[in-house]
Amino acid sequence: MCKDCGCSITRPHSHGHHHNAGHSHEHHHHDGHSHEHHHHDGHSHEHNDANLHANPQLNDKKTLSVIHKILDKNDHEAAHNRQHFESQQVTAFNLMSSPGSGKTTLLEHLQEYTPLKYAVIEGDLETSRDADRLVAKGIDAYQIQTGSACHLDAFMVHSALHHVDLAPLDICFVENVGNLVCPASYDVGTHFNVVLVSVPEGDDKIEKYPVMFRKADVVLITKADLLPHFDFSIEAATEQVKKLNPKAQVITLSVKDSHSMRRFAEWLSEHCRS
Amino acid sequence: MHEYSIVSALLEQCHEYAVENKVNKITQVTVKIGVLSGVEPSLFATAFETFKLEGVAYDAKLVIQQQAIILQCHHCQAEVEIAERSVKCPQCDSFDTQIIAGEEMLLMQLEMEQA
Repeated sequence: MCKDCGCSITRPHSHGHHHNAGHSHEHHHHDGHSHEHHHHDGHSHEHNDANLHANPQLNDKKTLSVIHKILDKNDHEAAHNRQHFESQQVTAFNLMSSPGSGKTTLLEHLQEYTPLKYAVIEGDLETSRDADRLVAKGIDAYQIQTGSACHLDAFMVHSALHHVDLAPLDICFVENVGNLVCPASYDVGTHFNVVLVSVPEGDDKIEKYPVMFRKADVVLITKADLLPHFDFSIEAATEQVKKLNPKAQVITLSVKDSHSMRRFAEWLSEHCRS
Repeated sequence: MHEYSIVSALLEQCHEYAVENKVNKITQVTVKIGVLSGVEPSLFATAFETFKLEGVAYDAKLVIQQQAIILQCHHCQAEVEIAERSVKCPQCDSFDTQIIAGEEMLLMQLEMEQA
C-alpha cells in the first residue's frame, strides 16, 4: 500500500534460494575395494562452524543467495509513476545538472517556443523560489523541498504528482535537485533524461561525472551566449559525450538564441508520446 | 551522499529477508557495486557501519564486490573489461557496444542466524 495516497502498489517479492546443504558426503574406502558412500545426514549432530551452508534446522545458520537490486522499491515506484504519466498521455522528462546550469531559466523560456503544454515538479533542498519563478510565468509548478536529500526519488515524485493536474498536459518536467552525482542513481519515473552543462562550468564536466552523462538522452550545453568569454570547446564536450554515451544527442543552447531554443523544442516534440 | 539512502534501502531489504526466513540476526551482507553505478564504496561502507546498528544487521560484516565495466561489442562480438570511461570497443573502435556489467547495485548474499 502506498503510504502517500493509499493507492495499491504491489511490492515485488523476490525469492531467494535457500542453500540448505546439510548433507555431508564422506567416502569411506574399505580395503575390499568396495566403494561405499556413507551419507551422514543432518541427524548426526555434527556442527561445523566452517560450513556456511549449514542446515538452518541444525544450528539456525544459513546463507541466502539473492540477486536483488538494492533500489528495487524505488524502481517499482518509478514504473508506477511512468504508468500514471502514460495513462494521461503525458511524456515526462527528468532535468538534471549542477546547480545554476539554467534548468529553471530554460523552463521559463521554453513556452515561447513550443505549443506543448507542460508543468514542472521542482526539487530543491529549501525554498520554493524555482516554482514561484515558473508560476509567475504562468507555468504550473509544484515544489518538493527535500530537506537535506541530495536527489529526488520516485516516492517524492509520486507524492508531488498528487498536486499536479496531468489531464491538460503534454509534458511533465521533473527538475531535479542541482547535483551531477546523486540524481543519476535514481529512476524517478520519467521517460527521458535531459542533462544540462553550462558553458561557465567547463567542457570537462562530462568526463568528470561519467555516471550522470551515461544516463542522458540529450545533453544540453547551456548559456552558449557566453562561449566567447570561456574556453569551452563544444567539439571536446561532444566528443566526450560520444565516448560515454553515443546515442545521446548534444544540443548547444542559449535562451537568448531563439534558433537554438526551437531546436530543443523540436527534440521535445519528437520525443513526446502524443 | 546518496549512499546513505541506498544503504537505507539495503537495510530494509535485510530486514525483510530476516523476517521471511524467521531469523533475528544477519551476520554478513554481500553486495555487488559496479564502478559506473555512481556509488562510492568507501562512503557506502561508512553509511552501512552507521545505519546497521539499529536493525537485524547490527553486527553484520559488509562485503563489497566491485564490478568492473564489461563491454560487449555488437560489431566484433568481443566481450572486454575496460578501464577507461568510454564505450568505444578497444578492439575494433566501434561504438555499437553495450555495457553488460559495471552499472549495477545488487544485494548478492546474506548470512543469517537465529541468535
